[in-house]
Formats: sequence, C-alpha cells, structure tokens
Amino acid sequence: MTNIAAILKKEFKSYFSSPIAYIFITFFLGISGWLFFRSFFLVNQAEMRGFFGLMPWIFLFFIPAVTMKLWAEEKKLGTVEILMTLPIQDYEVVIGKFLASFGLLVVTVLLSLVLPFSVMYLGNPDGGTLISGYIGLLLMGGAYLAIGLFASTLTENQIVAFIFGITACFVLLIIGEDIVLFNAPNWLFPIFSYLGLGAHYSSILRGVLDSRDIIYYLSLIGFFLYLSTLSVESRKWR
Amino acid sequence: MIEVRELTKSYGPTVAVDNVTFDAHAGEVLGFLGPNGAGKTTTMRILTCYLSADTGSATVAGYDVFDESVEVRKHIGYLPESAPLYTDMGVIEYLNFMTQVRNIPKSQRKERIRAVIDTCGLEDVIQKDIGELSKGYRQRVGLAQSLIHDPPILILDEPTSGLDPSQIIEIRNLIKNIGQEKLVLFSTHILPEVSATCSRILIINNGKIVANGTPEELSSQAKGEEIVHITIRGTQATIEAELNALEFVSQWNHVETDNGTVSYQINAAQGSDAAEALFHVVVENGWSLTELRQESVDLEDVFLNLTDKEQI
Repeated sequence: MTNIAAILKKEFKSYFSSPIAYIFITFFLGISGWLFFRSFFLVNQAEMRGFFGLMPWIFLFFIPAVTMKLWAEEKKLGTVEILMTLPIQDYEVVIGKFLASFGLLVVTVLLSLVLPFSVMYLGNPDGGTLISGYIGLLLMGGAYLAIGLFASTLTENQIVAFIFGITACFVLLIIGEDIVLFNAPNWLFPIFSYLGLGAHYSSILRGVLDSRDIIYYLSLIGFFLYLSTLSVESRKWR
Repeated sequence: MIEVRELTKSYGPTVAVDNVTFDAHAGEVLGFLGPNGAGKTTTMRILTCYLSADTGSATVAGYDVFDESVEVRKHIGYLPESAPLYTDMGVIEYLNFMTQVRNIPKSQRKERIRAVIDTCGLEDVIQKDIGELSKGYRQRVGLAQSLIHDPPILILDEPTSGLDPSQIIEIRNLIKNIGQEKLVLFSTHILPEVSATCSRILIINNGKIVANGTPEELSSQAKGEEIVHITIRGTQATIEAELNALEFVSQWNHVETDNGTVSYQINAAQGSDAAEALFHVVVENGWSLTELRQESVDLEDVFLNLTDKEQI
C-alpha cells in the first residue's frame, strides 16, 4: 500500500509540475463548456444530457493524452530500469500510475461541476440524473484511462501510445453502436452489445445505477490493469 | 554474496550472455570489463531482476533473482547505464521519493538523504531540478539514489561514462571507499579504470567470461614471452649473425638502421631475462648500446589478447 501511495503521489505531482495537467484541465473545461452552453440556451431545458452524451467522444481524445506518457516516457528515458528494480511489485506500480491519472480526472471533473451548478442556478434539473451522470463519467473515464495506460506499456513512443489508446477506446466505444451491431454476425451480437462502452454509459445516464453497469466498468478497468501488468512483466518472460 | 551459475540469455538469435558463472563476495570491487555489446549490461540487468535469464541461476544475498526478486532488489543498489532519472523532479524531491519506495522509515529519511548528499557531493545542486543538472551531477544523483538504502551490494553500469577526468577520479575513489565494506560490481570498457579501482576483474566477451582474476594475476598470465627493444651501434651483419646464434631468442625483427645504429625487436622465451643476457652479448662483442627497453605486458594486452582471439 505504501508503495502504491508513493508512486501515486509522485505521478500525480508530476502531472502538475509539467504543463500536462493545466493544458488538459483548461482545454477540457473550455471545450466541454462551450459545447454545453452552445446548445443549452437553444434547447432551453435545465438538464445536462447533451453534455454527458458528448463526453465519450471528448474523452476519446483527452484521456489517452493523459495516460500516454505514463509508461512510454519511462521507457524512453530509461527510468523504467530503476523503477522496476526497486523492491516493488509490478502491479503496485501499475495501480499507482492508474490512480494518479484517475486523480487528475477527478480534479478535472470536480472543476467541471461549475456546469451543473449554473444549470441549477438557471433552472431545476433532476439531481439524481446529474449525480448518476457524474458517476458514469468517472467510471467511463476510468475505463479509458486503464485502456490508455495499457497502450502506453506497449511502446516507448508517446505518440504511438496516444494513437493506440484512441483506437482501442474507439473500437470499444463503437462496437455497442447500432450500426455496428446490425452489421455484425449474429453470434457476435450479444458479445458486442455487452462489451460496448456506450450502452452501459447511456443506461447510467438515464439515472439507473445498475450494478451490472458498475461491475462492467470495474471489470473493464481491472482487466486492462491486469493486461498492463502482464505487458510490463513481459520483459521477464522466458 | 552473488553467485551466478551457467547463466544464458539470448535476444532472438543473438546470445547476449553465454553460460556465465562467477562468484562475488563482500569487500570486493569487481570490475566487469568488455568491449561494447559484450553482455555486461544484460548480466547486470539479470542480477538486478530487470530481465530474466533463459537458463541458469543466480542468487544475490542468498535470494534467487527469479523467484525472490523483491528480496533481491531490497539488497541491491543499481545505477543503470547513463543514469536515467526523472528530469522533471527536484534533486531532493527525487531522493525523497526513493526513500519512500525503498521503504525507509520516516524517522530515518532525512538522515539518509543527508548522508548520500554528503557522500556524492550534491550539496551545490540540492535546490535544482534534475533536468538542469550537468551529466556529471546527474551521474552523482544516480549514484546517490543507488546508495540511499545503504545496500550491501551495489551494481553500477558504466558509472564513469561521459564524465570529465576529475569527475572520473572522484567516482573511482567513491567506488573504492564503498567497496571496502560492500560488494561493488561495476562495468566499464575503459581499461585504466579497472586497474585503478578493482580488486578483481571479469573480462567478458561475446557473452562469455574469458578471464577472471586480480589485475596482477591477469597480467602475469598474459606474459607468454618477453619482448625487448634494443638499439646497438655496430655492424648489422655481425649483430644478426650473433642474434641467430642466441638460444633464448625465439624471433627477432629488424626495425631500422639509422646513422650507424641498428634497432631490433626481440622476442625471447619467458623467464630468460633477455634484457640482461642481451646486455652481456653486446659487451662481449665490443658494441655499444644506445637503447635497451623491456616491454611490459599490462592489462591492455590481456584485454586485447582475450577479446581478439574470441572474435577470430
């Protein structure tokens, strides 16, 4: 536990001692705020469904940018050699790094609470859907982060990690979309519709916090953290 | 403290470490010498549990590097080649992070950081970010990092590469001091370095250990023949006739004739005291001697001999 905490602290600080965190927060709040208010007054409804609906697509580009450096930079600099020869288990490093990126996500999401507060000021939105929307946002963001982290373990090039991350998230996002489902072979239909990131997210957005959706996201995160650990360990396979 | 048995590791078709076996004990400074790409780094990576060997075994401080890797890593301080560090961290911040991941109790952290700052001469840069430091200082921060938990075993991969001569001497002295109590295993491809610092040398080439011994042992092993350079004032033909007649001369080469003097390089049998014998020959014949020099066989020859033979 202390090891995870040390890695978490170091990585989290490193986000804020480099421009990454500030750029990420500024752009995310700017773009999501603009997209939100652009239609908010047109629709003239005190709700945030439009905002939440856009998030899977905005996160698609933002999240892999947060995770791309986590392993790729270590490999490029060679610092991974010191890191992995410390008396720490590989999974502890993976979890520490994941939690650090999740921390950045939480900070960003907290800052975006400006939006629901202004909605509440202007109207009377359904608090339940707002809360479940934010929970869905964190779960989906966590899943993207785990995927991006895994992508970063595969290469020492941050750009490659970024593209891998986007591609993997994108594939997982669209396999649950209707257009893919209808064109997929019959036997793949249930698998795709279960694995698709989007369907679980939209059911959370409706205000239904189903344990199946939460389990789906948590196991997705767990699975990709496990893959990351395997990928980091693969240097020692014989 | 380190026992390596028949270690083999290959990357695809290239065999990086080939059936390497050696032991190392506390109080030794073990120099790992070899040309670039000889397998030094790979061996060190296996010992530090960064990579694993294909076959063979290695134990460090009594723990197996594959099965008890966390225990092994607790006992080792490791400085990889070219000291990779987090450039966005401050020196103190970095060392502090290391005390955390090395599980040094909170009460001792300050003391340990202080100690390695003193040992490695980091006093002048403690306020700086690692990214601002020169190569020499980075190397020292790397060394400080490897010493922070006061490990019984120190593994350093080319700790002096890229440093200026005075820094090299400092690092060498540091290694010597540390090596009095601990086991230091360090690699280099610079020859004077090992004779200056090591109590034992392992020469590795193409993944194989080709020599293992103290600097003195290795030099004496390499002395197969004595080589004498001699310059004599006299008649070339008579000198050469005399040289042919000498029993202990196995081979001679005429080097040059200059203004009445003749120079030769003479190879003589080991232990024949060729220089002295040649002197007597010169005196008996009434020639005059202008130069007589015995070539000393040093580590360089050992190294070149051993590594060249392997390549042919």
